[in-house]
Amino acid sequence: MRNYLLKRLAQTIPVLFGISILVFSMLHLAPGDPADLLLGPDATPEAVEDLREDMGLNRPLIVQYGAWAGRIVQGDFGRSVVLNRAVLPEVMKRFKNTLILTAGALAFAVVFGIGIGILAAKFHQTVFDSAAMLVALAGISMPTFFTGIAAILIFAMGFQVLPSSGMYPARGGDFFDLMRHLLMPAVTLGAVSAAILARITRSAMLEVIQQDFIRTARAKGVSEDKVVWIHALRNASITIVTVLGMQIGYLLGGSVITEAVFSWPGLGQMMVRAIQARDYPTVQGGVLIIAMSFVFINLAVDLIYAWLDPRIRYS
Amino acid sequence: MTTVSSLDSGAVAPVSARESLFARLKKNRLSLFGGVLVLLAVFMAISAPFLPLQDPDAVDASSRLAPIGAPGHLLGTDELGRDILSRMFWGGRITLLVSIAATLIAMIAGTFLGLVSGYFLGWTDTVISRGIDVLMAFPYFLLALTVIAILGPGLLNGMLAIALVNVPFFARIIRGSTLSLREADYVLAAKGMGAGHSRILFRHILLNSLPTLVVATTINLGFMITAAAALSFLGLGVQPPTSDWGTMLASGRQYLSSAPHTSYLPGLAIFLTVLGFNLLGDGLRDALDPRMRD
Repeated sequence: MRNYLLKRLAQTIPVLFGISILVFSMLHLAPGDPADLLLGPDATPEAVEDLREDMGLNRPLIVQYGAWAGRIVQGDFGRSVVLNRAVLPEVMKRFKNTLILTAGALAFAVVFGIGIGILAAKFHQTVFDSAAMLVALAGISMPTFFTGIAAILIFAMGFQVLPSSGMYPARGGDFFDLMRHLLMPAVTLGAVSAAILARITRSAMLEVIQQDFIRTARAKGVSEDKVVWIHALRNASITIVTVLGMQIGYLLGGSVITEAVFSWPGLGQMMVRAIQARDYPTVQGGVLIIAMSFVFINLAVDLIYAWLDPRIRYS
Repeated sequence: MTTVSSLDSGAVAPVSARESLFARLKKNRLSLFGGVLVLLAVFMAISAPFLPLQDPDAVDASSRLAPIGAPGHLLGTDELGRDILSRMFWGGRITLLVSIAATLIAMIAGTFLGLVSGYFLGWTDTVISRGIDVLMAFPYFLLALTVIAILGPGLLNGMLAIALVNVPFFARIIRGSTLSLREADYVLAAKGMGAGHSRILFRHILLNSLPTLVVATTINLGFMITAAAALSFLGLGVQPPTSDWGTMLASGRQYLSSAPHTSYLPGLAIFLTVLGFNLLGDGLRDALDPRMRD
């Protein structure tokens, strides 16, 4: 396992390097002078010239990249053009909210997606199975922003049981208030992932259930519940975990849209505003933080995968 | 598994490949329904200029937010008094055009990269595969946002952004099928007869990867429509005065309590079109390439 961990850690280095190159290049690929872009339209020519000198824009790109990467490693992500504050603390504050939303969506997707998938496999070719798969297909086709708006129409405006926006009431609130505010955005964001997980879990379980060791377990008199929930699920979990890892990336990226629908004060909303205002340091900081966390989440998923399936760590 | 056996029995039936594909699709009612939804969306997109629709941009301050069935406006009007029926047709045209164009760009670029890396292997494969790995290290939608941040918001840039995000999808699939086809007997025979790389790649490997490509493209179109509409919804895709289903939904959001139809109508159109492509994609996959199942 240690060798696998080291090998897998080594593999993340070129990916992190690639991400940093892409994020660094954003300023240089965008039309216009990087110093102008960083300081915004109100900057004086002297300030622009000073920044050009500071950033070494007249030096070769590779030197500029080295200096930029050095600053990033020390936590200096630059200053936001719009907020005129250091980028990193702002990004991290918002990222925490995005993680709360993503975690809520993931919890919903795991419980409902995998749960429904297992039940659909258990009750294969029954009305429950067909209905569940039809709902899952509809769930996959439903764009997040439409699900969100439909949810607001029904639960916030129709029944008036849930708040339609924000994280807390205006007067501030406790954990219970947060959960009430989180419910609709989390279900909205997690709906597509839940649908995908339900489909994958069902097909993985059906494939495992046909195998010899399941027949052996049944022949030995193991109870049907134990066969499904322990023997089959453990073996199907390898496929499920792979897809789950991919879904975390979908949720992190997709949170941008959900945050816009429910005015959730997360990183996605901050980035959309930053893109519209051409606030490059904020966009760069946001992209870097999300992409880097995604790389480490993938690493964690792969390690779980290797733990579940010994064949992977010995190959 | 049942799909594979039904496919096998279909293969020995005395019908041409095209007939059997259609026959197989026809048996699958859900994918037939999907095909009808897709045809409806395509009809809306193509017929918009030929139908006696009102000017989609004609503002009428006297009939703002008219409900469904209002006189002269079958589906009502939006916040500026513009006819929603007409905007649904014209907006669908933009949504479909952007999604189809982006899919084509992603398909061509991804297929080329997949073919080249799977066929030549060696350092070509290493460079392309690592590049694809970096693109895939970004959460799906974040990469599109990054491209928009570089190029600036807009219809064309939005299209390029979602195309780029989907290049790895095609590259991976085609690389996989190239890897298995490059060792096929007819490819080795063509090599033995002195065929050049481009002939082998495009004539033999690409042509034989077509079923996979058709299935992948159909499935991908659903994603593309959602992504294009999402960018417009966020104000980063299509810019006013042009509008697509995504921008219609976004502007209707302000009037959820007084005129919910201004947002749920375009939302429903996106949902049904994506559902159509997903159902059709599922059916095509079962008929053409059951190995791609899940």
